[in-house]
Amino acid sequence: MTPHTRSEGKTAPGSMMTGAEIFVRSLVAEKVEVVFGYPGGATIGVYDALHDISDIRHVLTRHEQGAAHAAEGYAKATGKPGVVLVTSGPGATNTVTGIADAYMDSIPLVVFTGQVALHMIGNDAFQEADIAGITRPITKHNYIVRDVAELAKTIKEAFYIATSGRPGPVLVDLPKDVMAQKAPFQYPSTVSLRSYNPIVEGHEKQIKKAANIINEATRPVLYAGGGVIHSGAAAELTAFARKLGCPVTTTLHGLGAFPETDPLALGMLGMHGTWYSNMAVHGCDVLIAVGARFDDRVTGNVEQFAPDATIVHIDIDPSAISKNVRVDVPIVGDVKNVLGNLINHVHPLRTEDWRNTIAVWQREHPLRYQAGSALRAQQVFQQLGQLTGGDAIIVTDVGQHQMWAAQFFTWTQPRTHITSGGLGTMGFSLPAAMGAAFGRTDMPIISISGDGGFQMNSQELTTIVQHRLPIKIFVINNGFLGMVRQWQELFWRRRYSQVEMASPDFVKLAEAHGCPASRATTPEEASVEMERALAHTDGPIFVEFVVAQEDNVYPMIPGGQSVNEMLDTPIDPDGGSITIQPKGSHALPRKDAHVPVTVH
Amino acid sequence: MSPSPSTNTRKQQASGTVVRRQHTISLLVENKFGAFNRIAGLFAAKGYNIESLSVGPTEEEDVSRMTIVTEGDDPIIEQITKQLHKLIDTIKVVDLTYDSFVERELVLIKVQTSTATRSEIMQIAEIFRAKVVDISPRTLTLEATGSGQKVDAIIKMLKPFAIKEIARTGRVALKREFQGDV
Repeated sequence: MTPHTRSEGKTAPGSMMTGAEIFVRSLVAEKVEVVFGYPGGATIGVYDALHDISDIRHVLTRHEQGAAHAAEGYAKATGKPGVVLVTSGPGATNTVTGIADAYMDSIPLVVFTGQVALHMIGNDAFQEADIAGITRPITKHNYIVRDVAELAKTIKEAFYIATSGRPGPVLVDLPKDVMAQKAPFQYPSTVSLRSYNPIVEGHEKQIKKAANIINEATRPVLYAGGGVIHSGAAAELTAFARKLGCPVTTTLHGLGAFPETDPLALGMLGMHGTWYSNMAVHGCDVLIAVGARFDDRVTGNVEQFAPDATIVHIDIDPSAISKNVRVDVPIVGDVKNVLGNLINHVHPLRTEDWRNTIAVWQREHPLRYQAGSALRAQQVFQQLGQLTGGDAIIVTDVGQHQMWAAQFFTWTQPRTHITSGGLGTMGFSLPAAMGAAFGRTDMPIISISGDGGFQMNSQELTTIVQHRLPIKIFVINNGFLGMVRQWQELFWRRRYSQVEMASPDFVKLAEAHGCPASRATTPEEASVEMERALAHTDGPIFVEFVVAQEDNVYPMIPGGQSVNEMLDTPIDPDGGSITIQPKGSHALPRKDAHVPVTVH
Repeated sequence: MSPSPSTNTRKQQASGTVVRRQHTISLLVENKFGAFNRIAGLFAAKGYNIESLSVGPTEEEDVSRMTIVTEGDDPIIEQITKQLHKLIDTIKVVDLTYDSFVERELVLIKVQTSTATRSEIMQIAEIFRAKVVDISPRTLTLEATGSGQKVDAIIKMLKPFAIKEIARTGRVALKREFQGDV
């Protein structure tokens, strides 16, 4: 008996196939290489059709949330859409956090969910959930496939919508009976949607208007967001900034869009941005926002955000324009196209005085930490930057370690920083790093979590070990939900409500999964273990860094406030040596570099 | 440029008025499963106000027209129209408020009657060119069509007679074609 005779490439176009076969053939046509998923009752037929397809690798995660974050990590690392396949009901609802995360961070995902048979929908059937209804506000678009003849066209549209314009997640709900019905298969070669035509070329008049304003600027700042990376425009941004001589600050998702080794780099802005980037935005006369959305973690109090600036905003999403902060010259279009055009209309600016002003801020208020008795997370990230020379994909979780990584690593390349920004999803890092590892083998992949976040999706350790993925898994353990604790310390009279975190023995936990593991508790041990981890290429390796318990992330602009309320790193004159993390001309990411250390 | 933070606040823009006013937004949407839900859900999720929403088929069988009456200041209305446009099923969004447009609303009003009040109610109906569409010994049901203001007015006039039930369609509207002076 040959139960599986339908391997790819054997069927002529237009021949009759089941929905499950059409599904699989459509993924092949979309050149999908990897699917993250978990089978169940409603998707048995689909998984049966997937069984013989050698072009598509299916990764069985240990939780559907892990599958969704893995697909996000894959998409962010590669620029290709991440694909998820789960069953109905709980399988579908478990992807909701990942879908919401992808929606907030504009990550192209196509999520396929099983569904009960059409005639059972609405009956409270076993494992039924109205996943289309549940995900309507957190997807770019979603579908319920009601007719097998519509399936291939729907999949084509789903991939097109997910990856075009401002990218985002699209969900396709697949009722069980539809997937068993037959229809002729021909994958459409084009998509035509009268109601969806993203604008990619910037309006010529707006570009000229923007150029006129930029050409008059004496204190310009470029504010670059994740859209620069989605658009593949890091090179255009860099050329644009250098031509103008314009300082560049990036958002959390913009890290890597502009090399922090460039003298014009100011590092990240916002609540935990560098002192000088926030001061520069506050003092600038022209702010050029590129692929960024004026998030509240960037602006603080919008009334006092860039108060003296004429704002130019380049974004592909018209609804991002003037949503939080009114802008003066909007340019709707793809960042790569618009910058490529705009650069021809601007000329080098005289920004020496402005850059000297910023240099004073940089000297007086650098990113820094003061040595104490315990190991510091800041040191771990700074050293990671030095040891890798910036050639690593860093996948962070959410909280203090995420901010320290953003601050103390030296970012030089796009798609090397993967994190959950908009939604702030703890438990993101481990599965997202796993997804990144399926898409990228050219750089080491480093997953970094806190002790809290790691425990939210640690089940994916098994998946990582099973596939021998060479991921360096770092847990920064301070025994607290550190960011909440920091807020409680600063704003809630040190009442530490429910932030002390009891954890398992992480080293034993990793070893139980079959992953070599070690623990570092001093700066010396941290160096040794980090070097050992970076040299280890045969499968995953785990290092727990036990760091100072009550450390805070600085600088900090308290929520809803402005630079006037910015808190800089407190320095104890009788304390330990101070280590600076420079950005710009003194940032030295190469492996042989040494970072200047100032001792007060 | 001194290295101390500016105490200025972001300049108010001339266009950024904070006057709230009523807007009539006309939408053409793909007549697809979930499209209505997506639009209604958008208003709920973003906290936009809906005064009325009417939906029905158009001259094209796979296209529906929705007329939404909403209220907000200019930045909010700008966001509403952009967010509506962003939905994949939305083909066209027009804020009719700045154009000349015809609007109609239909209302059914069931009023309590007695032999003493019936003729007076029917006189009011006549003034508003409303029709009697149902009658019983104790009630009259009237159908009236017109602008929202006219519908409000007939309801006000009938209120003293004890209105039992009201059903309003919400506003439907189309842009006027002849925009010039007569």
